[in-house]
Amino acid sequence: MKPRVATVWLGGCSGCHMSFLDMDERLIELADKIELVYSPIADVKEFPQNVDVTLVEGAVTNVENEAFAHRIRQNSRCVISFGDCATTGNVTAMRNRFSTDEIMHRAYVELADGDPTIPSDFVTIAKLRDQARPLHEFIKVDVFLHGCPPTADEIWFTINELLQGRMPVLPNAYLRYG
Amino acid sequence: MAIVTLTINDEHLSGNDSDSILEIARQHKIHIPTLCHLDGLSEVGACRLCLVEVEGSSKLVSACATKPVEGMVIRTTTERLQRHRRTIIELLASEGNHQCAVCVVNEHCELQNLAYEVGLQYVRVPYLYPRKELDASHKDFIIDRNRCILCTRCVRVCHEVEGAHVWDIAHRGIHCEIVTGLDDPWGASEACTACGKCVLVCPVGALIEKGTTVAEMEKKRDFLKYIVTARQKREWIDIHEEG
Ligand code: SF4
Ligand code: SF4
Ligand code: SF4
Ligand code: FES
Repeated sequence: MKPRVATVWLGGCSGCHMSFLDMDERLIELADKIELVYSPIADVKEFPQNVDVTLVEGAVTNVENEAFAHRIRQNSRCVISFGDCATTGNVTAMRNRFSTDEIMHRAYVELADGDPTIPSDFVTIAKLRDQARPLHEFIKVDVFLHGCPPTADEIWFTINELLQGRMPVLPNAYLRYG
Repeated sequence: MAIVTLTINDEHLSGNDSDSILEIARQHKIHIPTLCHLDGLSEVGACRLCLVEVEGSSKLVSACATKPVEGMVIRTTTERLQRHRRTIIELLASEGNHQCAVCVVNEHCELQNLAYEVGLQYVRVPYLYPRKELDASHKDFIIDRNRCILCTRCVRVCHEVEGAHVWDIAHRGIHCEIVTGLDDPWGASEACTACGKCVLVCPVGALIEKGTTVAEMEKKRDFLKYIVTARQKREWIDIHEEG
């Protein structure tokens, strides 16, 4: 059976996923080797059981992210912090100096076109946590991919190591913030 | 000045007793990581990255601020030291707000380089995300306290080399901050000559030039060496006196 791989997008800009797609023709090779069981680029509603590797982009910035993080951990054998926002909070955490009220006001009133309304039912959008924080402060993380975003080579290296049954030990050349 | 013999990492060496352990190590191409130290400025021993072990003592000493003693046996790379160095970098990273991806000195930053040197995969202590202010009131420069690691290089270069003494540290403990004058806006400082020395010696993206953007600023620190050498040789003073 092919290894079951998932990718998740929490509080990030999708840049890490773009870098994933930057693996270009290597994606075709990858498609033969893995089964992509959950991803923003695949149409799957529920995060499945029994996942081998999950790459998590973004910081934990709202209550939904937090609950999701725990589900990911429960259902995945290996969890990877995918990029600087997942690893340090990075740009997502720059909002931590403001209160959530200030942020909601900025986004939904000051910058609104037309009728400014602050969403309050938290159905269309999830409720913000007080602060955006790195993934490993919530769940155990097995591997850290650095960079904003990590390079396609780094992602390729990591996935390949995992496919060959090794826990990836990233060479120092890949250790790079920013 | 006398010559002393000592051992660093099993290598037998000699050096001047007026030089620091750090200087002697460097003369013999032994690398010890540093952050607050900068050739040409006084030593404060503030960052503790250069800690080394001395045989016969359970206390760790800072290589930059400690002079050698005859027969000293020193180790610079033990597991304990590596553990401490990683912890120091983790504390520095967690006490400020560092977003390398949008930082002016990205890829030219001493804190980043040290994080790579200690193999910092992630920070184990909780990030504090403190609320720090940025001051852009100076006509040429900006201080962004989010990136400041309190090495005091700016304080020392401004006082010791430029002679203006614009900078100081205010408050205590975790609340320490670099301030201009009596915590006035930098732009209002009458003492500042706008020489830019503080900006050049700052190891991180806390003191920066206006108009630089992400990853653009690479700081050249060579000037310090020339000023210090010229002073030691009394070059300027002699010219002045003759004139
Ligand atoms: S000062 Fe250095 S470590 Fe801090 S954000 Fe800038 S590049 Fe990163
Ligand atoms: S620019 Fe020169 S005088 Fe002004 S604060 Fe910096 S070192 Fe001091
Ligand atoms: S502003 Fe720069 S040079 Fe001054 S203490 Fe902070 S990090 Fe050091
Ligand atoms: S370099 Fe020695 S204590 Fe900072």
